[in-house]
This record gives sequence, structure tokens and C-alpha cells, in this order.
Amino acid sequence: MSQTTVDFVTRQLTMSEETLQAPPAPGYWRAVGQRLARDPVTITVTIILLLIVFISLGAPLVAGADPYAGSVMMRLKPIGTPGHWLGTDETGRDLWARLCYGGRLSLLAGILPVMISLVVGGFLGIVAGYVSGLPGTLIMRTMDVFYAFPSILLAIAICGLLGNGLSNSVIALALVFIPPMVRISETVTTQARQLDFVEAARASGTTTMQIIRHHVLANVLGSILVYATSLISVSIILSAGLSFLGLGVTPPQAEWGLMLNSLRQAIYVQPYVAALPGVMIFLTSMCFNLMSDGFRSAMDVRLNK
Amino acid sequence: MPDIMPPEQPILRVDDLTVQFRRRSGQVAAVNGVSFSLARGETLTILGESGSGKSVSLKALMGLLPDYAETNGEVWLDGKEVLSLPPSELAKLRGGAISMIFQEPMSALDPVYTIGAQIAETIVQHEGVSRSTANQRALDLLDRVKIPSPARRLKNYPHEMSGGMRQRAMIALALACSPSVLLADEPTTALDVTVQIQILLLLRQLQQELGMAVVFVTHDVGAAAEISDRIAVMYGGRFVETGTTREIMRSPRHPYTQGLLASTVHGGLRGKVLETIPGTPPNLASMPPGCAFAPRCRYAVDACTHGEVPVAFSPTGGMLRCVRAVDAMTIMAKEVSA
Amino acid sequence: MDVDPRDRGGPAQPLLLVEGLRKHFPVRGGLLNRQVATVQAVDDVAFSVRKGETLGIVGESGCGKSTTARLLMHLIKPDAGEVVFDGDPVGERHGITVNAMRRQMQMVFQDSYSSLNPRMTIAESIAYAPRMHGVSGKEALDRANELLTQVGLNPRQYARRYPHELSGGQRQRVNIARALALEPRLVILDEAVSALDKSVEAQVLNLLSELKERFNLTYLFISHDLNVVEYVSDRVLVMYLGRVVETGPVEAIYSRPRHPYTRALFASKPTLDPDRRTTEMPLTGDPPNPINPPSGCRFRTRCAFAQAICAELVPSLAAPLDGVDDTGTHRVACHLPHAQQVLHA
Repeated sequence: MSQTTVDFVTRQLTMSEETLQAPPAPGYWRAVGQRLARDPVTITVTIILLLIVFISLGAPLVAGADPYAGSVMMRLKPIGTPGHWLGTDETGRDLWARLCYGGRLSLLAGILPVMISLVVGGFLGIVAGYVSGLPGTLIMRTMDVFYAFPSILLAIAICGLLGNGLSNSVIALALVFIPPMVRISETVTTQARQLDFVEAARASGTTTMQIIRHHVLANVLGSILVYATSLISVSIILSAGLSFLGLGVTPPQAEWGLMLNSLRQAIYVQPYVAALPGVMIFLTSMCFNLMSDGFRSAMDVRLNK
Repeated sequence: MPDIMPPEQPILRVDDLTVQFRRRSGQVAAVNGVSFSLARGETLTILGESGSGKSVSLKALMGLLPDYAETNGEVWLDGKEVLSLPPSELAKLRGGAISMIFQEPMSALDPVYTIGAQIAETIVQHEGVSRSTANQRALDLLDRVKIPSPARRLKNYPHEMSGGMRQRAMIALALACSPSVLLADEPTTALDVTVQIQILLLLRQLQQELGMAVVFVTHDVGAAAEISDRIAVMYGGRFVETGTTREIMRSPRHPYTQGLLASTVHGGLRGKVLETIPGTPPNLASMPPGCAFAPRCRYAVDACTHGEVPVAFSPTGGMLRCVRAVDAMTIMAKEVSA
Repeated sequence: MDVDPRDRGGPAQPLLLVEGLRKHFPVRGGLLNRQVATVQAVDDVAFSVRKGETLGIVGESGCGKSTTARLLMHLIKPDAGEVVFDGDPVGERHGITVNAMRRQMQMVFQDSYSSLNPRMTIAESIAYAPRMHGVSGKEALDRANELLTQVGLNPRQYARRYPHELSGGQRQRVNIARALALEPRLVILDEAVSALDKSVEAQVLNLLSELKERFNLTYLFISHDLNVVEYVSDRVLVMYLGRVVETGPVEAIYSRPRHPYTRALFASKPTLDPDRRTTEMPLTGDPPNPINPPSGCRFRTRCAFAQAICAELVPSLAAPLDGVDDTGTHRVACHLPHAQQVLHA
């Protein structure tokens, strides 16, 4: 460029870029909330989930009947029967009441393993991701061993080993979910660790624990939580599967998977009634899935356009 | 109305090209009426900063924009209108009569095929020649882009090559079917200086040998000065000034061009405070009325923010979109006649 | 200028002295994850930074300039080498600790987005390091607001915003404020303006020179952009494949480059003048891979003057062999007098 060009432009003061006025922006979580509010699918599925949780927790209030009281006279009544609006099962118990009470166990069996694996797997993953070297390698290779088995087989094997019952099914599923949880949290931690702002924090003399607490955890937790939500649907289906196989909850307790199993023989007599527990499993797991999708996109700050 | 006076026989003519992105939050006007024409063997550089719409314009010419982009206007390639063509016809043109090179060759080259296989495949698809002819042509092309020991390099995968070699391989791929128009989207930006100059010289030489028209998009004033015959300066989705490389570099007329050149750092400015353009480029989702540069322009007057900005043409084929254009062009006309 | 109470050796003592800095990264592969090769990223790098000056480090990708910055900050552990900060050896018993040095030496990174925590507001990011060093929250935030003003951002408008709501130039201003929060004496700018648009780059460069004056700073300015390095630097260090090939005052280096690589590098710079375009390639090919670089002089494989001795012996930095050295500090790592010719345009 010629000197004349420079002279052509009269000198001007160094002005900063902030001359353009703009309103103050909302915080991160408020922005996430606003984006969620604009997403009708996520709102709908969240409301459905809340309803399911409500009828499960409030089962004694909404069920209106004893889930264990059967009647030989009232066996396998169709939907719409007076007094049993969703019909009855093969021993004449009110299906609506059993679905309400069954939701308690099903949700518990679905959510509890995920929460356990979230705490254990998340911790191991963050350690493995931040402290590379021997501890990290050790954790990850151990997880790889678990990965070698298909999750349903692993769950069946562990359950078989521990014996049936709700608590054993929860333990089995938690063990199944720990490896993928470790894998995910290790990956996001490794990514976060390489970001310049973590290096910048190290360069200002911040200790490792402070960095993990303030920088890594905050940026990693979002992705791990979203992943955990998507696992809940898998967990509900797997625990229902275990009960279906007779490895989880034992009769006469109400649980959706177990109900599906025992109503199996009635499929030709009352197909709609027999399908109801399956519908509940499907509805709940799909709602959890869609909700986690919605949260994922709402929490992605870079999509803020 | 073309912004640049048409040369003798334009191989490429673009008339009032506009691109709008539809977003949930509203429309984003990325390109707001770009027109130019280009003769065989000519290089036009579109110079602009990020968000000026330069890359979007280039992709629109190739029909490479995503579905939510709405492209309007006319693009005439060798007497044929391109934008109204059905997708299958457009695909035939791409990589044939018109082809494109990118900033990052890794994104344009397929990692699972060798360089030779990719070039030969393109030739076979477009021209239906035999595999062996295509292989021979691929070898010639690698030689043409000055890749050392081309026979061996044909068997390389993209990841086995260095950055500069990959860029050359991508150019070879783009030239596979002897295009008449080459679109270059910041092809030298990611390269080191010593490699960048090699690629610029190569493009210049290839363009002369093959008589291609080249549209070169860059934010780098230096690269623009090295390669172009004409420069179009883009701001807020419009050309604000066009002219020969010499005119733009020596006597820029638009306040934005002046600011851009003045803020380009070089050693001669040591110890001086740099000229800067205050403020930031406009938000394409809510463009200011009138001249997009007016909020940052130190010559801005009331007329700048009201209505269409007048456009003036110089006797040498240059264009200026500025309220003060008429005065400036009168001065230029006097200079030319004197 | 006020006397800095932390200034220990007086103006004559270099603020930073680096000797024999070396980092070789192992390349692992194969079944048992064994070391199969070595990337000689930084090899025997030595230089000094004087108080109040700007030392520019220039070179192409893979030359080790960014690794050098990270080694100085101890973000990567050096294999060998000594770093002396204002007379105090860093990390040795009779010197100062790495953390003590980090308080006086801060860094600004190239990527303005990834160098800010997306979950923290601008003010929180700036106040973070002082708070970790025991400054009270209120005090640190007040100081952050003041720093925002210093870098040209109105704290009322920006303090409570998040990084993604700012433009690249504004974010880089925040990064500069964050680096200044610990009141460092030396700031390493690692490609700090390279990702910015030209008009914004000029704004940030102006800001950097204002701040240097105001806070009495010393800069280590790392960039691949020859024009920017020439504009900001007092002295320049040219690196090639992990080694220093030439160093000296900016005028000497830019007007009389002696090393064949430096000359080729400058000749590769686009001219900005359409009537004096580059017609010949100064160099052919790409820089070789830093895995197992050439023996002896690492530039010899691309050098037009290379001779047998270049493969045998590693050239050390010495005064130009023609004896023309106005400043007495121009150093070149090249064996051959005829390769060190000065080109007169």
C-alpha cells in the first residue's frame, strides 16, 4: 500500500468497538429457559412426564382401588367397564390402580440406576479425563472389558448372580450404565481440559481442584446430565425387561414390565388391556428421550442465533 | 444493471444476486444484490471481512447453499442461466464448466480414496472416458500443479500429504474437467507465507495457460494485490466499490475501502498509531437503512441513512456505491480526460 | 515512568532469560504404545527479553513458536533448559517458584472464544484469577470493571454478558483484561490478533500499545504475520523447525536479513503493490515434518546454498560473517558467508 493511501485518510482517534448500543443480555440459564419456552415438543413431553410422575407418587389418591385386591368374577374385563375404567387383569385387579402403583416401581427402577451410575461413572470419567496417565488408562481399560458384553446380557448375568428382587435389578442396571457414563464424561472432560480457558486458568496459578470445580465441572455437567436423561428411557425398558423375565420385581407387586409379562397370556382375550403396560413403558421412555434432546439443543450456547 | 461494465465477451455474468437465510428468529440478508461480469482469462477478487457475504455469494453461484437459503437473481455461465437449472443439470456443471477450491482442502477431498482415484473418478463421471485415459489425465494434472514425483503422489491419500501439497491436489481436482470458471474461496488463508505465495503464483500461471476466469474470494489485501485484475470490495452483502487492482490499491474512493487499506498493518507504520474503522460490521439480521457502512463512516451525512445509495460508474469500468460518489467520479472523469 | 517495586535487577537486567530450552514430544504407536518417533518441537532455544521491549517471535507453522510460549508458562514441562525471570531462576531452590513467575507473566491465546469459560460472565472471568489468589470477591469485581474500562469496553454494558454475546474483537479485549488482572510484568501474546478481521486487528494493536505504555509492560509477541511483527516489535526472533535461525533488532532483520530462510520468508510476503508483483517463488515445497528433522542445519534441504558442512554441523548463532553489524546484536545461525549476502532492492 502506498503512503498516499495512508495520508488520504485523515487520522482518527482509536475508538473501541463498543460504540454500538445494545441492551444487557440475560444470563446463561435464563437464555436456556427462554429457548426451552420456545420449543413446544419439549414442553409437551415434560408435561406428560410430570403427569406420569404425579399419578405414580399420588397413586393412593388417584388410583381409587386396591391394586392387590382381585376378584374371580371380574377377571379380564375390557376397557370402559363400570368401576374399572381401564379394565382388569387376569386375577381381576383394577388395571388403572396397578398402572398407578406400577409407575412407582418402574420409575424407581428406571431412575435410580441412572443416578447411581451418574455419580460413580461421572466421577470416574472426570478423573480419567483430567488425570491422564496410569489412573486414566486403568479406569478406561477396565470399562472396555464391560463394554465387550451387550448391555441386556450383562444385566441378566449380574441379576442371575445376585438373585431376583428390585434392589438387585437396580444394582445390575447401575453396573451396566457405569461404563458408557464413564466413557462420555471422560470424552467431554478431555475436550474441556484442552480448551484455552483451562490453560489460561492454569497459567494464572489456579490449582487442579479449583480448575475441576470451577471450569471443568460446569462445562462437563451439562452434557453428562443430558446423556443421563437419555439413559433413563433405556433403564426403564431394561428393568421392565428384567421383570418380564422374572429377574426383577417379584409378583404380586405391580410393575409395568411384570404386568406386561403376566398379561401376555390374555393377549387374545383382551388385547387392548394387555397392551396398556407396554404403552406406559413406551410413552415414558420416549418422553425422557425427547426431553433430553430438547435440553441438549437448548443448552448449546453456540446455537444462539 | 451490472455493477461493473461488461467486458467484451463475459463468460460469467451475475445479475442482482441476493441470498437470504430463513431463521427461526427472522430473515438474515447475507447478499443484497451483487452484480458483475467476468471475461475469459480474467481474475476478479472479492475482498471483504468476515460476514460481508463474500463466501456466501460464491457458494450461491455453485448452488451449494443449504435449503433454508433463498437465492434470487441471475447467473449466466457461457450463455446459460444457472440458478434456474434443475439439480441434476447443476450437478453436471459443478466440477465441469465451473469448479471451486476451498480454504481447507481436507474438507473437499475424500479421506478414503487416493488423490489419483478421486481425480480420475471426476473425469470419468463428467466426460465418460475410459479409466486408463482418466488415470493418464490425472497424472498430467498433478504434473501441471507442480507436485513433485506425480506418479507416486497419485497413490497418496489426502492425510499423507502436507498442507501445501493437499492444496495443489485440490486445485488439480478442480481443474480435472478444464473448467471455464474457477471459484476460489480463501484458498491461501490457512497456509504459511512461503506456501501461500507458491499457490498464488501457481494459480496465476494456470489461469494464463488455461484461459480460465477466476473469482477469488479473500480477506487478505496482500493476496488480492498479487492475483487480481480487478477487485470488488464487499461490505454488508453488497459491492461498495470495484475497480482495477491498481485503482483500488492506489486510490480507493469508498470510505470503507480507504479504512480497510489504512488499517492493514505494515512495517512502514512503525511507531504510528494505526488508522482504524470504529465499531463493528453490521448485523445481517437487522441492516441499517441506506448505506450499511454509514454508522461507522466518518463522512456520513443525513442522506446516507435515507433511501437507496446512489451508484456511480467511472470511465474505466469502476463502480462506487456512496452518497459522495457523484463528486468522486466527476473528479475521476476529469483525471482520465486530462 | 514510576519505578516498579518488583523491578529487582534494574533496567539493564533482562526481564526474561531463556537458555537451552528443549522439548521433544514422543510419538507413540504400534501395539504396545511404544515410542516410534520424536517430534523435536523446540530444540536449544535461547533468547532474552529486555525490560519494556517487545520481542517478536516469527515463523511458520511447526516452527515451535507456540510451544515455546507454553514452555515458558510451564503449561508443558520442558525437557531441559533454564528460565530466569528478572534474575531469579524459575523452579529452582534459590530462585522463584513457577506459580510466583506466573503471577508476573501472563498469556493471551489466539482463539478468543475457547479461551473464555462460556459459563462465566465477562467480569467473573476477569476476576477469577485474583480471587483464586485470595482477593475478596467484591474487590476483584471492582478491579475487573476497571480493567474493562481500560481495554475500551463499558463495564455497565459488558460486565454481566457471556462470551458468546460478544464479537471476536471484543472477546480478545476481554482476554487481554483477564491477562492483566494479576498485574503481570510480561505478557505473552500468542497469535493474539491473528484470528481478527483487519480493521479490528488494528484496533487491538493500538490498544496493546496503549496498555504497554500505561502499565509499563513487556511483550513477547508471537505471530506468523510478518507485517504485524515488524510493526510491533523492537527485536525479532526468527524460528524454523524448532530452532532459532536469526535474531536481532527489527530494523536490521527486516532491512538486512542474513539467513537464507529469513530472506525467503520475507520475499514470500505479498507485495501490496500491483506493479511489483512477486514473479519467482522464493522457496519450493512445504517445511519438512518436525518428526526426525534434517541433521545439521535444519533448513539445508530447502536451501539453495547448502554444502556438505551444513549436514554435518549444527550452526550456532553468531554475528554475521561479513562483519557488517551496526547494532552489535544481530545473530545468524548459518555456516556460509556467501549464503548470508545482503540483497539490495
